[in-house]
Amino acid sequence: MQFFFEVAVSGLLSGLMYSLVALGFVLIYKASGVFNFAQGAMVYFAALAVVGLMDKGFPLWAAILGAFVVMIMVGMATERLVLRRLVNQPPITLFMATIGLAFFLEGLGPLLFGSAVRAIDLGIVDEPIMAIMDSIGIGISKFDLFASGMVIVLVALLALFFQKTKVGRALRAVADDHQAALSLGIPLQHIWAVVWGVAGFVALVAGLLWGSRNGVQFALTMTALKALPVLILGGFTSIPGAIVGGLIIGVSEKLAEIYLPPVLQDLFGGNFGGIEGWFPYVFALLFLLVRPEGLFGERHIDRV
Amino acid sequence: MFYREAGQFKTSYLADSQIFPIRQDRIGMLLLLALAFVVIPALGSEYWFSAILIPFLVFALAALGLNILTGYAGQLSLGSAAFMAVGAYAAYNFQLRIPGMPILLSFMLAGCCAAAVGVLFGLPSLRIKGFYLAVATLAAQFFVVWVLTKFAWFSNDNSSGVISTQKMAFCGIDINTPVRKYLFVLGIVCIMALLAKNLVRSSTGRAWMAVRDMDVAAEVIGIDLMRTKLQAFAVSSFFCGVAGALYAFCYLGSVEPDGFALDLSFRILFMIIIGGVGSILGAFLGSAFILLLPIFLDHVLPALAALLHLPFTNAAVSHIQLMLFGALIIFFLIVEPLGLARLWQIGKEKLRLWPFPH
Repeated sequence: MQFFFEVAVSGLLSGLMYSLVALGFVLIYKASGVFNFAQGAMVYFAALAVVGLMDKGFPLWAAILGAFVVMIMVGMATERLVLRRLVNQPPITLFMATIGLAFFLEGLGPLLFGSAVRAIDLGIVDEPIMAIMDSIGIGISKFDLFASGMVIVLVALLALFFQKTKVGRALRAVADDHQAALSLGIPLQHIWAVVWGVAGFVALVAGLLWGSRNGVQFALTMTALKALPVLILGGFTSIPGAIVGGLIIGVSEKLAEIYLPPVLQDLFGGNFGGIEGWFPYVFALLFLLVRPEGLFGERHIDRV
Repeated sequence: MFYREAGQFKTSYLADSQIFPIRQDRIGMLLLLALAFVVIPALGSEYWFSAILIPFLVFALAALGLNILTGYAGQLSLGSAAFMAVGAYAAYNFQLRIPGMPILLSFMLAGCCAAAVGVLFGLPSLRIKGFYLAVATLAAQFFVVWVLTKFAWFSNDNSSGVISTQKMAFCGIDINTPVRKYLFVLGIVCIMALLAKNLVRSSTGRAWMAVRDMDVAAEVIGIDLMRTKLQAFAVSSFFCGVAGALYAFCYLGSVEPDGFALDLSFRILFMIIIGGVGSILGAFLGSAFILLLPIFLDHVLPALAALLHLPFTNAAVSHIQLMLFGALIIFFLIVEPLGLARLWQIGKEKLRLWPFPH
């Protein structure tokens, strides 16, 4: 049982990371109805920008600030050069455009900031805290606590932003219907620029946390793909959904990785590691069959 | 001037429903086929066959498959490489376990296996669409590759899942030289392209397009959504499966499951975006473009770098390639969402009016 909880906790923590990426997806989807496949690439790009600037001799805080500016610029450029020209196109077209964007960023990042694998040192130790270890016997590091704290703060800020500010309300209006929002006098372009900037900021936070834990490397973009099943589970439009979905995916994939291979081995023989590579997707797929709109998503009604 | 259809009258329904109703098109197609079947085998070098022409045809076939699903039936798929993998491994196993099985038959059966897997992963498409479906097909992508890596039976107990394809013979002729392989692939691709062309012009294809344009409306006018979508998945996966078998048998000779990773799926998706979504010709144009672009860049970029005195490493070239791919995708989606095929069509329209446009 002890072991089970240990696995579950480590799953929760990696799930938190997925949540962060999923959060960026949800933000953009809510505001512009675009499914931003490039969110993972943005995380990679942001992390690269930080390490790249640090390589140039900037201190950590300056590098983070610089990366923030870079991400805002990337977001605004995306809005201006890509989205503005694709207004009123079908969602699938926009989706494919973001795949193009993802490739562009994956090429541009290493070109500007170097492609060697580096780690971001945030100055927070990634070792189990002894007090917790002693009392309940599960290893939780200061870094984990820090990451969880970051996510909570981020979500609280975003929730406030979406629910209480004028820009947030405009964002939700745009999400509902581009044309209706336009005709109400909401400046679509500004709103999009804002939301891409915010998504860039979330990507930066995710990039920092991921980069300091796993190092900044190309594999980051693959791991970021796991945010997709998270979204399916949580629903595309729900910020709490992204968090809960992330945690569920994180825990379930870790548990599957530990507990499924022995079962398979008994049945077929051989070595069956690497289940976490596909488990989230298949899990999400099965979930879709039961509840297509996700845990917290809005039920969609089709009209002809 | 050259492209004048005046005076060509269609006097029967049969004439009206031909694939190439205009005489110039028919002549052009015949010339193209003659070029592909006669001239190129006589002139081409070994490098051209094995590094450019065979992969071009194989990828065109895969793109054709994806185009049926995404371009005609409107179901976005990010798992085409997985279906190719199923085809490749199925063909290998048919050859391995049933000695003396004709190669064409095993390719066909491999395609059927891929179709079955495609239908399985297409089942969720009945309840979901758009991005949700994209994620469902990602599940296929990762799951299939994992299964092929971990279950050693598929690769005849090779620990890393690598298969080396068997020798091929067709009607008693060994298919062992690049030229023969090229002709073999060309034959299959031509037949399947014809099949696809006729399929999308038939009631099946029209049902796909109706579902693509608006599935609820399609259902209202009496199209069975379930059958139509699963049909699209089956046919598309069949094409991808055969392409995968050809990829393994005629192009690479030995493949591993990781060779069918997500990257390959994306490449095929890019082919249809750049070539033209919802166009048979587009699959070929896109395949040629995506295949030739890296070769072109490999030659041009270092020269360009030398000219500008920029220190370009190999890594930088590959990064620039990624960027260019991405930028091109966005460019095409913005400027010409229907891709190269549409440009070709516009060119033809221009030629029809050529010396005297409006």
